[in-house]
Amino acid sequence: MNIAVCVKRVPLSGGRWVLNADSTDIDTESSFLGFTLSPHEECAAEAAVQLVEANGGSSTVISLGVAESAEQIRDLLAVGIDRGVVVETDGTEWDPQATAAALTEQVRAGVPDVGAFDLVLLGTEAADTADYQVGIRMAHALGWPVVTNVKGLTISEGVARCERAVGSHREVYEVALPAVITVKDGINIPRYPSVPGRIKARKKPLDTVTGERPAPRLEKLRLDLPEVEERSATVLGTGADAVPALVDVFRQIGVI
Amino acid sequence: MILVYADHDLGVLDPLSLQAVTAAKALDTDVQVLVVGADGRGTADELAAHGATTAHLAVHDALTDYTPLAAARAAQQLVNELSPRAVISAGTPRGNEVLAHLGALMDVPMSADTVSITLSGTGNHEVVRNRWGGNLLETAIVHSPVLLATIAPHTVTALESPESVSVREFTPALDPIDTAVRVIERTGAGGGGIGLADARVIVSGGRGVGSAEGFESLEQLAELLGGAIGCSRVVTSAGWRPHSEQVGQTGTKVAPDLYIACGISGATQHIAGCRSAKTIIAINTDKDAPIMGFAHYAVIGDLHAVMPALVEATRAAKG
Repeated sequence: MNIAVCVKRVPLSGGRWVLNADSTDIDTESSFLGFTLSPHEECAAEAAVQLVEANGGSSTVISLGVAESAEQIRDLLAVGIDRGVVVETDGTEWDPQATAAALTEQVRAGVPDVGAFDLVLLGTEAADTADYQVGIRMAHALGWPVVTNVKGLTISEGVARCERAVGSHREVYEVALPAVITVKDGINIPRYPSVPGRIKARKKPLDTVTGERPAPRLEKLRLDLPEVEERSATVLGTGADAVPALVDVFRQIGVI
Repeated sequence: MILVYADHDLGVLDPLSLQAVTAAKALDTDVQVLVVGADGRGTADELAAHGATTAHLAVHDALTDYTPLAAARAAQQLVNELSPRAVISAGTPRGNEVLAHLGALMDVPMSADTVSITLSGTGNHEVVRNRWGGNLLETAIVHSPVLLATIAPHTVTALESPESVSVREFTPALDPIDTAVRVIERTGAGGGGIGLADARVIVSGGRGVGSAEGFESLEQLAELLGGAIGCSRVVTSAGWRPHSEQVGQTGTKVAPDLYIACGISGATQHIAGCRSAKTIIAINTDKDAPIMGFAHYAVIGDLHAVMPALVEATRAAKG
């Protein structure tokens, strides 16, 4: 089974949000600790590693983004992904339709000297843009079925059994491969790269192709920080001495 | 006319769908809804009470449970027939999924998690949408004759606006491929507890709780207040609580009357999930933790000392 995992390099939020001078992007120079992957996508990569461990085959990470996306791919190669592909952009943002088209092209290309992909894994939505659609659009382009929001995944004899959490119960879906599956944080606990893993990762193939951005159809004009009520919590007290004041608050808002 | 896809589960309407109807009503007086599956018939009255004038009920032998692509096919047929200015849905997992399918079928963009919409007659609609779970707002132009958008949960208050609704039943033309992905089974139903998304009170724990056992007093308080347990990502990563209880950008986004954050520092990923709570109480040893900028009330101190006393006092207050 050959698995493609699509991931995206995103800023590692330090809790404070600073925009660049023309408010078109986050100022990553002065306000961020670094870059990472969306949590859902870390889980997608972990799922791919586990599936290949269990069923054999190969795993490929594909990332659309700046050349430095190779850093995040290296981290995934270190936890067991077999190869990586960066679809390099000039740093401008691609809308979901353009992103899906570029990733689909890489999925169609398959794994060199090995064969076609049987499964594409993504996160249900990216941490930054949260468009909730790239995987679905890829499935339509490939003519494959797609299951989203997946929190449990097993594959047996070419059929993927997917569980999705809805309120307090789980829904089960079954699809025949090839398929696209988008997963959610919580489907597994991603492992950390080990030192031997990092050494092995250096020898794994990491290719770069160049992407040409089409005109956006969901066109970002600017970013803003939401107006939040400047709040400073009213301190009710220290330690257990504050308990009577807490009970008063419960009464005031009508929960007791 | 605005078409709203109504998200229901076996005939139970997701209350966020009513917020979507209210958002649609602000754009156009003529709001019609798509309800997929015969079991959704009963939702028409509730939708009408909030302003829907026509409920299009998609009925088909293959539509016995949620079937995302078929729902999008049904929506596409209504779009072709009725030419709405926009198709709107609640930003629920299903709403986002069905509208993404619709966008793919029609080859038009879709704006997810949208907080405001300005429709244009020339196909250049302006939207403001959430990024980073609402920590940033994006203003964007959607280049499409018909706007597809999902509404960010809890950014609109559902308003009653009673209309007399006509229910129009239709049978969408479906290929077998449209129904290949569908719910085939449900597991783990119930569990007895109150679902996070619907809870009026959430007692939530973070790193400061320290262990799985540390949640005992939180559970006791939640039970006394008729609430649910929540937690931060650190807690689920440590395996202290199930992921279904995680509040945050990658967990559940909640809007209870009361959110009690115990030993939660208030990372942006967590705040994205609880910022819509009406009242937030933080119990934390660190008076400078980021949560203090979001909480209405705070107790500075060790939750392990505060919580057992709070449980006792709450029990006494309830009599």
